[in-house]
Amino acid sequence: MKLISAFLVGVAFALGLGLAGMTQPTKIIGFLDVAGHWDPTLAFVMGGAVAISLVLFSLILKRPAPVWGERFVLPEKKAVDIQLVVGAGIFGIGWGLSGYCPGPALVSLVTAGPPVLAFVVSMGGGLYLGGRLSRYS
Amino acid sequence: MQPTAMLTALLGGVLIGAAASGLLLFNGRIAGISNIVAGLLHPWDDNAGWRLSFVLGLLAGGVLLLFAHPAAFGVPPRSLPVLVAAGLLVGLGARISNGCTSGHGVCGLARRSARGLAGTVTFMVTGAVTVYVVNHLLRRTF
Repeated sequence: MKLISAFLVGVAFALGLGLAGMTQPTKIIGFLDVAGHWDPTLAFVMGGAVAISLVLFSLILKRPAPVWGERFVLPEKKAVDIQLVVGAGIFGIGWGLSGYCPGPALVSLVTAGPPVLAFVVSMGGGLYLGGRLSRYS
Repeated sequence: MQPTAMLTALLGGVLIGAAASGLLLFNGRIAGISNIVAGLLHPWDDNAGWRLSFVLGLLAGGVLLLFAHPAAFGVPPRSLPVLVAAGLLVGLGARISNGCTSGHGVCGLARRSARGLAGTVTFMVTGAVTVYVVNHLLRRTF
């Protein structure tokens, strides 16, 4: 059951990203281009996503456990630390350069275009390397 | 921006938020895409099954989009070497900060997490600075 729900949630997530225009890197770059022709799309997308999950998350987390599982697995770290700020800073540079973040890039893999293939393979390398770095720090 | 475009963006966002809520409700997990993918790049443990299912779901959703709404896909206005560098930075940064746009920007904010907010503000600022440098200081496409 866990596998089926994870699969269906992945499908819905991808459709949401596509509908929202997040699989169009020019829209992301347009949102970040505050000094140019600003494209507010991402603000509406994040607004909608955060608004509904703010409500649903608080309702869901009142349950003792998820529907199919023993417990909720939530991030344990609470403090804002240097890794968070430096990592998010590096992430933003790559995001601004390409207009891709991990979700939309994975969904766009189905187009089999060389740009997205190059991005995703490299992103996998970055995720792996970052894991190695985190282990030693 | 046209009202219909705003509504579509809002609806897409609601679907993303509903999907993230679904993963929390049914699987008890946070829909942080970078962490889900990163978990598959190391020796597989008990969590590999749902992570792989989720990623396959993303790809299946992509295939549906490709048939129903192919205009949903755009190409980044950058050359391959720049995209390779950008991919490396996105992967590295997401792993070091333990999250990306979905983990920090959607789930983190929804949990009212200080880390989620700090991460989101940070990548928005460095993203905007990067675009400013590329589009307005260098004024070139590469």
